[in-house]
Amino acid sequence: MIETLLGHVDTLLLLACAGGALAGGALMLVLRQPMRVAMALIATMLFLAGIYGLLGMHFIAAFQVLIYVGAVMLFMVYVIMLLEVRESDGARYSRLLLPGAAGLLVLLFALAASVWRPLPSPKGEIGDIGYGIAAFSADFLGPYWLLFELTSVLLVAAVVAALAAIRVGRQAAEGRKHG
Amino acid sequence: MDRTQLLIGVAVALFSFGLVGVIVRRHVLVMLMCMELMLNGVNLSLVTFAQQTSTTAGAVLVFLIFVVATVEIALAIPIVLLLARTKRTLDLGAYSDLKG
Repeated sequence: MIETLLGHVDTLLLLACAGGALAGGALMLVLRQPMRVAMALIATMLFLAGIYGLLGMHFIAAFQVLIYVGAVMLFMVYVIMLLEVRESDGARYSRLLLPGAAGLLVLLFALAASVWRPLPSPKGEIGDIGYGIAAFSADFLGPYWLLFELTSVLLVAAVVAALAAIRVGRQAAEGRKHG
Repeated sequence: MDRTQLLIGVAVALFSFGLVGVIVRRHVLVMLMCMELMLNGVNLSLVTFAQQTSTTAGAVLVFLIFVVATVEIALAIPIVLLLARTKRTLDLGAYSDLKG
């Protein structure tokens, strides 16, 4: 019994991580306070990192934790604390709640039906195919070097745009102070 | 149902949750987080297909999506801060004058 369970421990962990990610995503729709929504998203991201690790994509799992949880969500949580966002008195959902829920059901059924059809058989069992950081780095310096360079350009453009947005905010604040 | 179908199903569900969250929620920061959830769903499908086909293109695209998500947040947060300072609220209804 225990040996059977140990033989399928990776499948059980994959199911647990998938269930946790789905639960976190569903909680994001129903929780009211933004900080709790952020915690649900962080939990979803950590479960997804677990799935990537179980699939053998360890470096993507590390990126997921470092970039998404460590940088993006930390930034988001910091902004929520900075703005002191608390439970609002207004409505939680927009007028599009019913059409949105109906659309979600239709979308889920349509996509589930398309996913349910047999997919082409993989070249190996999912999770057994290793893809390390060495192959990833070689690809980035080889066939995908242009994408890598464009990524750096995009990051520089984002920094400039963020600085411009902050400057606009400062100018507006100074205008209100003097006018 | 094999593992590929399970993971693609999870990816589809996460993307759908995020899409519905963007449509039905009224809080600007919650909408931003739902967009991140959509990107996470896309990432999961790319990783699954990269594993299934034993190709590296999916993993490279995941890395690019990480960068795009970071850029999106780096730009969206200053805009949200400006809007919050101007309107004193993060409810989407207060920004209806942005329609033009």
